[in-house]
Amino acid sequence: MPLMGQKNFRVLNKPVTRVDALDKVTGRAQYAADLNFPNMLYGGCLRSGLSHANIVKIDTSKAKAIPGVKAVLTAADVPKPKSWADYYYLADKIRYIGDVVAIVAAESKEALSDALKAIEVEYEELPGVYTIDEALEPNAVQVREKGVGLVDGIPTPGTKGNAFLESYFPIRKGNVEEAFKKCDVIIEREYRTQFIEHSYIEPEACVAVSNPVDGTMTVYSSSQNPHFSRRYIADALQIPMNKARLVQQTLGGSFGGKEELVGLTVGRAALLAKATGQPVKMVLNREESFLESSKRHPFRIRYKVGATKDGKILAFEGQLVDNAGAYNNQTQFMNCRASIHSAGVYNIPNVKTDTFGVFTNNIHGGAMRGYSSPQIIFAQESLMEELAEALNMDPIELRRKNLLKQGDLTITSQKLVQPTIISEMLDHVLEKTDFVAKREAYNKQTGSKQKGIGLVTCYRGAGLGAETVDASGAFITALEDGSVLINSGTAENGQGLKTAYSQIVAETLGVKVEDIHHIGVDTHAIPDSGMTVASRGTVMGAQSMKKAAEKLKILILETAKEMLNASPLDEVIIEDSVCFLKSEPSRSVSLGEVCNNRLWAGKQLAVYEWFEPKPLNPDHHTGQGDVFPTYAYACVVAEVEVDLETGYVDVLKVTAAHDCGTVINPATAKGQIYGGIAMGMGFACTEEVEVNKGKLRTKNFDSYIFPTAVDVPEMDAILFECDDTEGTFGAKSLGEPATEAVGAAIANAVNSVLVRTKGERLRRLPFDLERVVLGKSLRAGGNA
Amino acid sequence: MDKVKVNMFVNGKPVSLEVKPYARLLDVLREDLGLTGTKEGCGVGECGACTVIVDGETVNTCLTLAASMDGKHITTIEGLMENEKLHPIQEAFIKHNALQCGFCTPGLIMSAKALLDSNPNPSTEQIKVAISGNLCRCTGYEQVVDAIKEVAEKSK
Repeated sequence: MPLMGQKNFRVLNKPVTRVDALDKVTGRAQYAADLNFPNMLYGGCLRSGLSHANIVKIDTSKAKAIPGVKAVLTAADVPKPKSWADYYYLADKIRYIGDVVAIVAAESKEALSDALKAIEVEYEELPGVYTIDEALEPNAVQVREKGVGLVDGIPTPGTKGNAFLESYFPIRKGNVEEAFKKCDVIIEREYRTQFIEHSYIEPEACVAVSNPVDGTMTVYSSSQNPHFSRRYIADALQIPMNKARLVQQTLGGSFGGKEELVGLTVGRAALLAKATGQPVKMVLNREESFLESSKRHPFRIRYKVGATKDGKILAFEGQLVDNAGAYNNQTQFMNCRASIHSAGVYNIPNVKTDTFGVFTNNIHGGAMRGYSSPQIIFAQESLMEELAEALNMDPIELRRKNLLKQGDLTITSQKLVQPTIISEMLDHVLEKTDFVAKREAYNKQTGSKQKGIGLVTCYRGAGLGAETVDASGAFITALEDGSVLINSGTAENGQGLKTAYSQIVAETLGVKVEDIHHIGVDTHAIPDSGMTVASRGTVMGAQSMKKAAEKLKILILETAKEMLNASPLDEVIIEDSVCFLKSEPSRSVSLGEVCNNRLWAGKQLAVYEWFEPKPLNPDHHTGQGDVFPTYAYACVVAEVEVDLETGYVDVLKVTAAHDCGTVINPATAKGQIYGGIAMGMGFACTEEVEVNKGKLRTKNFDSYIFPTAVDVPEMDAILFECDDTEGTFGAKSLGEPATEAVGAAIANAVNSVLVRTKGERLRRLPFDLERVVLGKSLRAGGNA
Repeated sequence: MDKVKVNMFVNGKPVSLEVKPYARLLDVLREDLGLTGTKEGCGVGECGACTVIVDGETVNTCLTLAASMDGKHITTIEGLMENEKLHPIQEAFIKHNALQCGFCTPGLIMSAKALLDSNPNPSTEQIKVAISGNLCRCTGYEQVVDAIKEVAEKSK
């Protein structure tokens, strides 16, 4: 069952129209910044412009005296300046450029702007550390008290430094020392990646509204994870969580980014709304968003790999270090994933890798689409090319010899019991792209513009796996006209969750998609289901929705059978919101009639169901054990033309094959892949948040360059399916797989040209004009 | 500071307003007129989320002073539907899954409209150039271009 189209579904596998499309094409969808309330104030933040400094004195008296200014708050004025998730609502010390020292609420934007300028702060600048290398120097400034040093390359308690223990994840499989002795070829390489901005087009926004009667603080916000944001309201105000309510507005993109900073913004707006008794709107401008939002963690990855002369990889060793910045809320979860994927989609018997983060006074790393995989796949798949080169072997053959197969053990010694279709996908993509013939033809090129072709194979653990528990809850209620309300704790972030969930309910229950309405998250109306992250929304998050629809179907069938006078042997079917006898379809009753009957009979019409995944308990000291329910495989080919005089990389075509398990909606699945290709292209070629001692040179889209419609390549999205029993209806993760391999494939294509023409290879992203021509960047200082 | 009187036409209707001389058209549309379908993404004219059509040409309203709009005809995303019927570009965006988060969508649709109004049969390259001032981080533009192409094909 390779390509999509051989499964038998009524609603799944179909390009059902997005349920939120009409609202979005008419401009009536309400994003957080679109909301207004009577007596609403404008809130804003003061930042220091410094990367590391003590705050000696703050004088807010002049700001408070400005007409229209309703509140000016500093750390001294609030119950809890530090948030539950390490970052500060209001900082007592500047640890990085994004830290906020004061917040203001005013009646007009002008008064707000004047007040922020009128706050007088005296700072004492401090020396800082900014790069991974600096952070790991023996006598480096210690950024955080809990930082530790390294002993034998491993973060070690009782020492001083900038690594931190909760971010450390080792993998120990087999015996690498012995295995390296048996290798014919051993290479060691280092790869580095950059800070990447999520670049959602909607900047962070919220409006906080307090209810003076019952004390509830409601915040309407641009949250990726509404329940996660709610925690900040209760935390900032020190009120019970049942008095903290968060309503998610239509979200203008997130990709992992609207987590901590939106939480802090929500907390700050709530503090100002409490202090003034008026609604407060806080909308960040793009520059503020660049300064304070999380970025994709830069990695420094050192690999040593050994193989026999016929290309069997026997031993793999690695040290993967990521720059977490001044605060951390994500690195530990991300590094769990990073460690599990640290050696690629290959069957390697002996593995020893160490993954950990370091604190610096730089901007901070957080969740961003891939959650370590774009960085690691770039390093990993560059290494495969270099190993093939050292072995004098075709890199395709090297991959074929080592790709995981069903029944094999991963580097955590998890046995792959589900279909493992990567070899089949590789063959398909090689043929579809005419890879080998093109590669041969390109080898004969001359001139200053030359084409290259590059290949990547990879896989991704589906959902949260061992990072944290992948449980979820969902609510479904049928109404007396046959329409259905659904809701989930997981959220619509633009990815199409409401559409996918509607299709899953339609498939399960037999109700028409257009008769279903997904409400969206109001934390007072639907319980927490964990975060909408890790490409888990469909594969695992929808399991509870399916369970709820199955339960409701049992209830509806019970009444339908009565109404149709069905015998115990008759089977009743529900299709397109009509219940009928399988043996005599003309005997039917509408879903609405059945629901109306149940309503007036006093029978249950609403269901809330909870899904708990099977337990995963890897050994934290060795990383060994089952770590994900299943894995999604991908094979990506990129074709480029490199201008060797200017350094310009023209990405001509990207072919991306993804193992979706089951495709819920081919139109939205392809939408994920196309968007993922564009994002991966930016990661490979142009995107870098350039920092120098923690200060940003790229603060808006005039200097931070990601692909436009004229830049994106020709794209071929290939949807594979297989019979995997773990995810909802067999579905797997796709949102992050869609982008994670693209940068690596483009990098391999560019390097094929550079190796051929210059005998050199780039090992540091992005491959921008300077790096392609000079092999180094003249601008970007101390990033990684 | 003295306010400036502006008489303009917004979505076909005459509008008279007194605006601050430094007021951006974006803020006047969103805050004074409640037309929040026009979005602010960058504030420096790079992302195109604030695109509207002024006298047939697209403009970034974050870079346009409202005071300069005297006598001008402005079309925003709210002005595209006629008699509750979707504009063919809106229908095509829905059909082709040409949107995800939707924040850039109004701007993209306005750029597509300005193109097709002046050139009903654009080439694929012309479509891409016409929307190259509209940044989208979700879609990779593929299905957006497909949608606009279909509208152009139908007009032939």
